[in-house]
Amino acid sequence: MSFLSYFISGVSLGAVYAIIALGYTMVYGIARMLNFAHGDVIMVGSFIIFTVVSTFGLNPFIGIAAGVLACTLLGVTVERIAYRPLREATSLAVLITAIGVSYFLQNVALLIFGSNAHQFTSVVSLPNLVLAGGNLTISSTAIVTIISCIIIMIALTAFINKTKMGQAMLAVSEDRGAASLMGIDVNKTIAVTFAIGSALAAIAGALLCSAYPSLTPYTGSMPGIKAFTAAVFGGIGSIPGALIGGIVLGVIENLSKAYISSQLSDAIVFAVLIIVLLVRPTGILGRKINEKV
Amino acid sequence: MAILEVRDLEVYYGVIQAIKGISFEVNEGEIIALIGANGAGKTTTLQTITGLIPAKAGRIVYDGTDITRMPGYKLVSMGIAHVPEGRRVFAEMTVLQNLRMGAYTRKDKAEVEETLKSIYHRFPRLEERKNQPAGTLSGGEQQMLAMGRALMSRPKLMLMDEPSMGLSPIYVNEIFDIIKEIHKSGTTVLLVEQNAKKALSIADKAYVLETGRIVLSGDAREMMDNEQVKKAYLSE
Repeated sequence: MSFLSYFISGVSLGAVYAIIALGYTMVYGIARMLNFAHGDVIMVGSFIIFTVVSTFGLNPFIGIAAGVLACTLLGVTVERIAYRPLREATSLAVLITAIGVSYFLQNVALLIFGSNAHQFTSVVSLPNLVLAGGNLTISSTAIVTIISCIIIMIALTAFINKTKMGQAMLAVSEDRGAASLMGIDVNKTIAVTFAIGSALAAIAGALLCSAYPSLTPYTGSMPGIKAFTAAVFGGIGSIPGALIGGIVLGVIENLSKAYISSQLSDAIVFAVLIIVLLVRPTGILGRKINEKV
Repeated sequence: MAILEVRDLEVYYGVIQAIKGISFEVNEGEIIALIGANGAGKTTTLQTITGLIPAKAGRIVYDGTDITRMPGYKLVSMGIAHVPEGRRVFAEMTVLQNLRMGAYTRKDKAEVEETLKSIYHRFPRLEERKNQPAGTLSGGEQQMLAMGRALMSRPKLMLMDEPSMGLSPIYVNEIFDIIKEIHKSGTTVLLVEQNAKKALSIADKAYVLETGRIVLSGDAREMMDNEQVKKAYLSE
């Protein structure tokens, strides 16, 4: 029973990674850049939800709505100010800028909220699920997280396959020049991608901090890196890949914490990444990326 | 009346000047051919017109509007379609999805379906393969898809870049027949080709590009008899 319990909380952690990984993978697929500030957007979203819920005492749903709205604006603004001017620049310049944005967000949060951990009140107030005569308890946060992840995946897949904007995203991810010849505003498409990824980051922040309630300006950094790992693991640019990568990573992390060593769990997670990339450099569902000259 | 007018256009790749001040015009209802060797600047010219590459100097006027600095995506709804070099179909999207991308800027849903029907009529093979990823089509079929996709926007002016490149002779003839058809149905065509013989056989007027300059221009049929052109571009 304890295995099942570790496994389910691993899936739940993995579902958070998967939601974050969507932001990395969509931005990479469409804008061809690694947005290393994505993890810190989670932190910003969490602080906004924290402020609305704990400081102002408002309903958690209003908190989440505020967090989603603020992160969407943040994502679009960062893209407009920091990344768009570098559209034709080398990928190294963009990468360094993203790292700069990451430090900027962390330090602004440090100035406003200080470095002490804040106690995040869970946005999930449902009772835990007790099964097998009390031998197996599944936290309501885990259930809500997994359901949210499934809903997001279905909604996103439908958005991409059924809407004009979704199809434009596919076109831009395949060939930016050809997409613009179709009349697609590539800049707008990239901005929408950032908006969606950042909105998802706020939701991920709410779920993450509900399960792990200690909130600091560095809260987003490690989950961000792990979700990036999940995205690469699943095949960066692939949405189902983000889901698979996230879940696998979460389960590995939780099971190694439970059965091997909680200190070594991160090392094990990254070791698995290295092995997967040695065997399959494009990740599980990744395709060969043709560099266009 | 000139639907497209290019004046003293100059384009650079970094410090290298690719287009050294060319001027030409395309009149409504014409087929204009730009011919020349590899690296003469033909593709660059088309890409500058549709905003994929910025112009350094000069003017591009389309239908009375200066489009020199206009972002390329806005030109589609103004009536310009560009069939790019190497076709550049969206390989992982299906044939039908590719065609729908061509109608991206159109809001008249019912009429889009009509256009789609007419394109299937013109290219029956595209209808047969409509649910297949475009990347699985043969080169000739991809060229037809690229043309069909461009036609989905119902363009007034169609720019075609090397439509016969890499195709078998049977397909080359078919593609040129299609270009003639497209022209007949009222679309103005600006054609870039290395296959000068074929291009001149269907064009009204032609311009010969050499290392970023127009070295010769005139009636396409007369050009076929020009000794210089014969020697440089029509030798078999």
